[in-house]
Amino acid sequence: MTYLSKPKLFRPDTPKNALGYTRRDYEGAISTLCAGCGHDSISAAIVQACFDLDIEPHRVAKLSGIGCSSKTPDYFLGNSHGFNSVHGRMPSVLTGAALANRDLIYLGVSGDGDSASIGIGQFAHAMRRGVNMTYIVENNGVYGLTKGQFSATTDKGSKSKRGVVNNDSPIDLVALALQLGASYVARSFSGDKEQLIPLIKGALHHRGPAFIDVISPCVTFNNHPGSTKSYDYVREHNEAVNRLDVILPRDPIGASYAPGSLRRIVQHDGSVLHLRKLGEDYDPSDRIGAMNHLQERHALGEIVTGLLYVDGSAEDMHRHLNTVEKPLNQLRDAYLCPGSKALDALNASLR
Amino acid sequence: MKPTNIGAPDYFHKVVDCQWACPAHTPVPEYIRLVAAGRYSDAYMINWESNVFPGILGRVCDRPCEPACRRGRVDKEPVAICRLKRVAADLKDDIRPLLPVAKQTNGRRIACIGAGPASLTVARDLAVMGYEITVFDGGHSAGGMMRSQIPKFRLPDQVIDEECDYIIGLGVKTRFNHWVTSLKATLAEGWDAVFVGTGAPRGRDADLPGRQEAAAQIHVGIDWLSKVAFGHVTSISKRVIVLGGGNTAMDCCRSARRLGGDDVKVVVRSGYDEMKASPWEKEDAVHEGIPILNFLVPKSFVHEQGKLTGVMFEKVHAEYDAKGRRSLLPTGEADVLMECDEVLVAIGQENTFPWIERDIGLDFDKWGMPVLDAKTLQSTLPKVFFGGDAALGPKNIITAVAQGHDAAISIDLFCKGKNLQERLPPLVNLVSQKMGIHEWSYDNQVSEEERKKVPTKALASALKDIKIELELGFDPHLACAEAERCLNCDIETVFTAKTCIECDACVDICPTECISFVDNGEEDDLRGRLKAPATNRDQEIYVADGLKTGRIMAKDENICLHCGMCAERCPTGAWDMQKFLLKLAHAGAEVRRT
Ligand SMILES: Cc1cc2nc3c(=O)[nH]c(=O)nc-3n(C[C@H](O)[C@H](O)[C@H](O)COP(=O)(O)OP(=O)(O)OC[C@H]3O[C@@H](n4cnc5c(N)ncnc54)[C@H](O)[C@@H]3O)c2cc1C
Ligand SMILES: Cc1ncc(C[n+]2csc(CCOP(=O)(O)OP(=O)(O)O)c2C)c(N)n1
Ligand code: SF4
Ligand code: SF4
Ligand code: SF4
Ligand SMILES: [Mg+2]
Repeated sequence: MTYLSKPKLFRPDTPKNALGYTRRDYEGAISTLCAGCGHDSISAAIVQACFDLDIEPHRVAKLSGIGCSSKTPDYFLGNSHGFNSVHGRMPSVLTGAALANRDLIYLGVSGDGDSASIGIGQFAHAMRRGVNMTYIVENNGVYGLTKGQFSATTDKGSKSKRGVVNNDSPIDLVALALQLGASYVARSFSGDKEQLIPLIKGALHHRGPAFIDVISPCVTFNNHPGSTKSYDYVREHNEAVNRLDVILPRDPIGASYAPGSLRRIVQHDGSVLHLRKLGEDYDPSDRIGAMNHLQERHALGEIVTGLLYVDGSAEDMHRHLNTVEKPLNQLRDAYLCPGSKALDALNASLR
Repeated sequence: MKPTNIGAPDYFHKVVDCQWACPAHTPVPEYIRLVAAGRYSDAYMINWESNVFPGILGRVCDRPCEPACRRGRVDKEPVAICRLKRVAADLKDDIRPLLPVAKQTNGRRIACIGAGPASLTVARDLAVMGYEITVFDGGHSAGGMMRSQIPKFRLPDQVIDEECDYIIGLGVKTRFNHWVTSLKATLAEGWDAVFVGTGAPRGRDADLPGRQEAAAQIHVGIDWLSKVAFGHVTSISKRVIVLGGGNTAMDCCRSARRLGGDDVKVVVRSGYDEMKASPWEKEDAVHEGIPILNFLVPKSFVHEQGKLTGVMFEKVHAEYDAKGRRSLLPTGEADVLMECDEVLVAIGQENTFPWIERDIGLDFDKWGMPVLDAKTLQSTLPKVFFGGDAALGPKNIITAVAQGHDAAISIDLFCKGKNLQERLPPLVNLVSQKMGIHEWSYDNQVSEEERKKVPTKALASALKDIKIELELGFDPHLACAEAERCLNCDIETVFTAKTCIECDACVDICPTECISFVDNGEEDDLRGRLKAPATNRDQEIYVADGLKTGRIMAKDENICLHCGMCAERCPTGAWDMQKFLLKLAHAGAEVRRT
């Protein structure tokens, strides 16, 4: 299927961000996904988040595996660095890139097949190592690219398009991420940009592994009655625990909130996460509480969304490994090869 | 907001900005597509039906459509709608076989007084139906001011001849060189109805000191232009001042420039931007080396024993009061004397009806204009109808045509003894253009080309002969490139809430961010909450309810490119691209049986 690309005609009042870019400057090639695919909405949300945050496109590295979801980095941030890796291997390629150059903003985009099936090991290790990245899984409960087989996140009892029932237990990537040490964990829905965009913004401003599971209906293979990842099903069962606003240090002091209705979480870079309470009290700083809440609600058939856990002062892999500050490609010869005296001193220290 | 009733003919009509702005509501995008396809005769006939004079209007129309054109809101310049009409006229085949044939006579006799565009339109519409039409004009040929005023370098005679002949060829009788001197006497001739299309024939004069003394070198612009048009004036002195800032002034100065005026200036009371002349007319004059001097009010004609030597001007500046009303106040600087040999006064036109008796039951208002029913154009004497410049004062050709159509409908209803107020609504049609997946019957890829310039004759040679047409017209390649710039505003986005799954695909793809799914609200509030705020209040918001989430679909029609991307992206076909065709019901139209 080919689509026309967007014409370069703009509305006269097209907004520009602080860098003078329009939203369109953050778009990529025209998407070749199926019309109505949730993944395209997530791409649009990423575009909006980067536009709003005045991110310089060349400071972003987007990496992905294989799948319809993993194709999407071609459709946003056309002026950023990109690496489309092997099926399920995005986390290790990204970890390597992050080790070599910590100056970039790392955005990993993956699918439920890519991360929960073939790539589950890679996913687990990126989380537990504390790689400083935003990890987005575009979760449609099927292998979309290979025509709709059940994936490892398909709910037990969910039906395929042909009526086959899935009997295997699902993997909940949010639960795994919480358990494995991710320091920013959220779930959202491609059809709710109001919720999704701030979650992506908060993640991009988070230090440490920020994981967002985005339920993203596959219109072609998993959007029928009987599926638990269809637009209708997700809308009916969505239970948001909070609403997020990301406040950057440069932003003016905004609206005031009723006492007790707001939770403020300051991240390492000064960005503030404003969490507005919805319904009952939910504590996003309590990892174990979050895991319990998730299990309880899942048992009731609800899909819990929102910012489920965040540790604003988390450390990341660079800190754990005490790596050098500068990107490796900027280290000059004199620094990399400090001479025989330095070598002697080192050897002496090890004797 | 309430859900939009897209079944109301006006709703999508307004979205076709050019057609809405055209007084005759010409289906512009329909003919532009035909021009792009090289089907010039078909494009011509669409125009001919609506506006009667495509070749003429394609050269000299006032083009109210172009400032309204959607393309002008997303690009530097609008589509060259007018000049594409000329392409259809220039490149068509012999269209005579396509013209209608007049029905057998119905025995009704109608007199049309004046042979300008208004009368000729009435004649065409009614002649086809079998009315016996007689057109009277004091001049020796048809065309009215199109022939007697508009200079030949903008509108050559053969174009006027051709298009007037199509009408006369329908069996319309003409009585040229026949000045009607009494309406009373005309009525006594027993016509079933009389149409007055006599225009606004009197040029306003500048009654200033020295006017009488130097009369030989001071001319009223429209009188002078008609003498030029008919070859009675073939030269002018070297130094000419044109007074006035309208299109007549532009025609005067450019004509003077071609008849020997080396040093021609236009002097205007107002500022440049407030001048009445169309921007393109001003540009053309400036391009021909004619300075336009602003904020100068003429005080007197300076002469030596009756021989004009110049014009004295007072310098003024504009001041605006709290209500934004402008007054021109003297700056207090010394008056300016501009030397010249001849002056053309082009400061306005007036209506005059010396031949209409005031005691025959036809009422005039305090400005000397006939009292008319705005819709039917019927005067207080039921048999007599007005149209064109004679009805509402000096306007332009396309308005005269539009009123001609309206008057023809009235005359037909009147002759049939029907109620003149009961007029048929326009004929509208809305049809899906889907041909397959991502395939539409129209070229939905939006051209990013800039507006094409119309090639012209080299200025040096064009200025030598007043009869040489300056513009050469687009060739087929330029015409196609320009036609492709049209956004096809008549291919409408039609939304069906029932099938929408609210996946946001259309919202994300829309290049100009027109579509939003939001909670409903009052219009002001809603306009501010859309994905891109809808600030152009002249353009509608298309609202549809009935979505599963209880939100509404709100689409800002303002800068929709009609690219069809929403419909291509929609997985369920909730968006469809449907062609809206609106044709006004002309005289004789009948209710369609459906
Ligand atoms: C200098 C100039 C330039 C213009 N340029 C443009 C332009 O570029 N584009 C545009 O759209 N419009 C232009 N106009 C305006 C346009 O010409 C008129 O608006 C239009 O022609 C009006 O049409 P009409 O049918 O009402 O009458 P007219 O065209 O004025 O025709 C009236 C006819 O009636 C005849 N007549 C009047 N009284 C009698 C009588 N008692 N008996 C017999 N015959 C009579 C006159 O001789 C004349 O032929 C211009 C006008 C002028 C003066
Ligand atoms: C090593 C390897 N194994 C299998 C495949 C076949 N394959 C391609 S995409 C895909 C599943 C993708 O599913 P998911 O990550 O959920 O992406 P979606 O298309 O659903 O967005 C599979 C199994 C492959 N490309 N490479
Ligand atoms: S197959 Fe499914 S996941 Fe892949 S593009 Fe189509 S709708 Fe999206
Ligand atoms: S873009 Fe084409 S259809 Fe739209 S207003 Fe302009 S000429 Fe008319
Ligand atoms: S693309 Fe179609 S189904 Fe999706 S939101 Fe738009 S209209 Fe609805
Ligand atoms: Mg998948």
